Amino acid sequence: MRTTNASTTGIAHNEEIEHPNTVSIQIFGFWIYLMSDLIMFATLFATFVVLSNAYAGGPTGKELFDLPYLLGETLLLLFSSVAYGLVMLAVHDGQKKLVLIGLVVTLLLGLGFVSMEINEFRGMIAGGHGPDRSAFLSSFFTLVGTHGIHVAFGLIWMAVVIWQVAIKGLTSPVQSRLMRLSMFWHFLDIIWIGIFSIVYLMGVV
Amino acid sequence: MFGKLTLSAIPYDNPITMTAVAGAVFMAFVILGLITYYRKWTYLYNEWLTTLDHKRIGMMYVILALVMLLRGFADAILMRSQQAIAAGGSLGFLSPDHFNQIFSAHGSIMIIFMAMPFMVGLMNIVVPQQLGARDVAFPFMNSLSLWLTTAAALLVMVSLGYGEFSKAGWSGYAPLTEQQYSPGVGVDYWIWAFQIAGVSSTMTGINFLVTILKMRAPGMNPMRLPLFVWTTFFTMLLVVWAFPVLTVDLALLTLDRYLGMHFFTNTLGGNMMMYVNLFWTWGHPEVYIVILPAFGIFSEVVATFSGKRLFGYKSMVYATSVITILSFSVWLHHFFTMGASPNVNIFFGIATMLIAVPTGVKIFNWLFTMYRGRIKLATPMYWTLAFIVTFAVGGSAGVMMSIPPADYVLHNSLFLIAHFHNVLIPGSLFGFFAGFYYWFPKAIGFRLNEDWGKRAFWCWLIGFYLAFIPLYVLGFMGMPRRMAHYANPAWHPYLLVAALGAAVILLGIVFQGIQLLVSIKERHALRDPTGDPWGGRTLEWLTSSPPAIYNFPKIPVVDELDAFMDMKERGVAYLRPDQYDDIEMPKTSPHGFIIGALAFMFGFAMIWHVWWLAILAALGTLFTVIIRSMDDDIHYIIPAAEVERIENERYRQLGSIA
Repeated sequence: MRTTNASTTGIAHNEEIEHPNTVSIQIFGFWIYLMSDLIMFATLFATFVVLSNAYAGGPTGKELFDLPYLLGETLLLLFSSVAYGLVMLAVHDGQKKLVLIGLVVTLLLGLGFVSMEINEFRGMIAGGHGPDRSAFLSSFFTLVGTHGIHVAFGLIWMAVVIWQVAIKGLTSPVQSRLMRLSMFWHFLDIIWIGIFSIVYLMGVV
Repeated sequence: MFGKLTLSAIPYDNPITMTAVAGAVFMAFVILGLITYYRKWTYLYNEWLTTLDHKRIGMMYVILALVMLLRGFADAILMRSQQAIAAGGSLGFLSPDHFNQIFSAHGSIMIIFMAMPFMVGLMNIVVPQQLGARDVAFPFMNSLSLWLTTAAALLVMVSLGYGEFSKAGWSGYAPLTEQQYSPGVGVDYWIWAFQIAGVSSTMTGINFLVTILKMRAPGMNPMRLPLFVWTTFFTMLLVVWAFPVLTVDLALLTLDRYLGMHFFTNTLGGNMMMYVNLFWTWGHPEVYIVILPAFGIFSEVVATFSGKRLFGYKSMVYATSVITILSFSVWLHHFFTMGASPNVNIFFGIATMLIAVPTGVKIFNWLFTMYRGRIKLATPMYWTLAFIVTFAVGGSAGVMMSIPPADYVLHNSLFLIAHFHNVLIPGSLFGFFAGFYYWFPKAIGFRLNEDWGKRAFWCWLIGFYLAFIPLYVLGFMGMPRRMAHYANPAWHPYLLVAALGAAVILLGIVFQGIQLLVSIKERHALRDPTGDPWGGRTLEWLTSSPPAIYNFPKIPVVDELDAFMDMKERGVAYLRPDQYDDIEMPKTSPHGFIIGALAFMFGFAMIWHVWWLAILAALGTLFTVIIRSMDDDIHYIIPAAEVERIENERYRQLGSIA
């Protein structure tokens, strides 16, 4: 990085230094945000595990969870991630139309996931097994619901980005946002795998 | 429609509170009136409220911290005078209800709204300059953090005049903070103020981590970073690791209180120890979050005023990293009496004792830096010396308390209060004062009057010992913390001495006020035309005082640790470049301020259960974020000619002293 000239005058002559790579800085910052979010989820997982037997006479996971239904929910989210992966390939090729189609598909799959989750929650609450029934259910609704709220915010973000791609095209700031949303979306997938295994699978064993 | 809002929430019947509220409202009107009279609203809006300049954001953080220091100290004075009076039969002048609110507010304010903003303010002013950068990595997020913290601080201030504050201590242990036992709005004020400030801190953490990792000047290798940058780095690592835990802990308590869930309740499976564990998983690192940056400041000050390179620079870096890691393995020492098995307590006891080792390394490094140095006893050095001695005492008390059987005796007594004030006041506040005096000329352009500074220092130091050494004795005599009044007359004399100590500290604060006024009056005599008033060693002293908006007309290249000293020694520090280039800087943006205002509205609405307003504020925030994200034209160019004009002025000043 340092030229001979620079070391004698104490001043840089490299233009790169004057304009640090904004996109890489944004993506790196977003990584760190995701790690802090991961700690939030880790805390929620820990709380769930501590309270996972505190049924207080209420229903257990075995009585409440419907695994085939959850498999459907899971597949919607996983396929939305695949769709987003294809979006990023299209971004790489600069195919604006494909990007838009892929984003809409991702959005619809994500909406399907959120709707199924809301439906699951609605059924439990209607059956008298809401989050105020027991500590187990409090931690269940909070952990799964926090993930669901993240997905919902991801969908709002996706709608905004679709709009931006449509009116601005694949400019560098828009590409940076697409990249960060992609990281967010795959991150939520990984969290869901954790929820599916620890909350649901271990809950019915 | 208006939730729990009612006019009877104003504490008319409490003359002390009402006087404080009247005073605060009066001050606010005076300030607003002055701004209007001098027609400064446009200036205030364009240059401060919407600024993304890290130096100005830093100054506003420091101002917020100083205002909140006054508020927190007023609480301290009230507690000390109450306990000095309420002995034997006397009940004093504060009801237990009011007393509980005061100690809860004191702790919350001093940690979250004094120490944190003071620290972040100094980092904002200094760290980008020490790195040889023009701003932080995310200037807009920086402004957002400032206004969120301000909104949270405002919530605490509003609780004084409308409703009440929490009575459950700054740590808000459940189940006392559950709806069943604390049905009032006090706990909600505490929750939302902490929650909003916590989100702000997490964003600050991300911002500074990225700044330090990505924005360093060429040649600024990790082992050439100034020590303040290193401690900032580890502090921000702790922030990003620890604050999400607080966010979750408070959110779970919120769900318990608002939606009737059962995380920490007595009934239906709740586990109150889960709250305490999570709280201190954040809370213990938080202690190091406010102390490590001060360690960095002391390291800068000691090296500069000893005229020597810092002794054992690398061991200092490693010691900081060890403290960072250990700080996550000791949280349980806050509740040895929980009833965990002896083995668990022993593990956490030994981990706690281990922290004394890297801290000792640091103390010796500072001492060896001074050894055979040319020590200049300016005000920052006074605070540093006082810190080294006082902190060693407080730290030793901490090692005593890390022994679980001893902790069973000392737990919840005034010994604990004495201990943590004895580490946090010298370890954190003295450090921020040292940094304040050290970097004031850099930020503002003139030095502070030394005579008044030293008078203030002696009052603070003597007052500190008078106020807290008696508390150690009282702890041994068995006096519990948080007592509104007490029957044992043997405690009374010590509490009188402690109250005297608080009065002496008050004198110190008054002297600091006088110092500011005197220095402003003498600003021409105290001016710093060089940008390097102390013979500094690191890059922030290369810029002018106050620095130009872009800090460095050309990004410096670093060859050595103590880069600026190296440049001075080689005679290249003040060489002019052949030509200047255009410089790109972030535009101002009102969105941070707007989101801060909306966050205040949201917090207030949630506290008082005004749901429609909360939803409106949340939607407003989302909308503002989207609007901001639509704007891709967020930079402006300072033309090379303008840079040259500013730099000509700078060199004219430098020439006039040479």
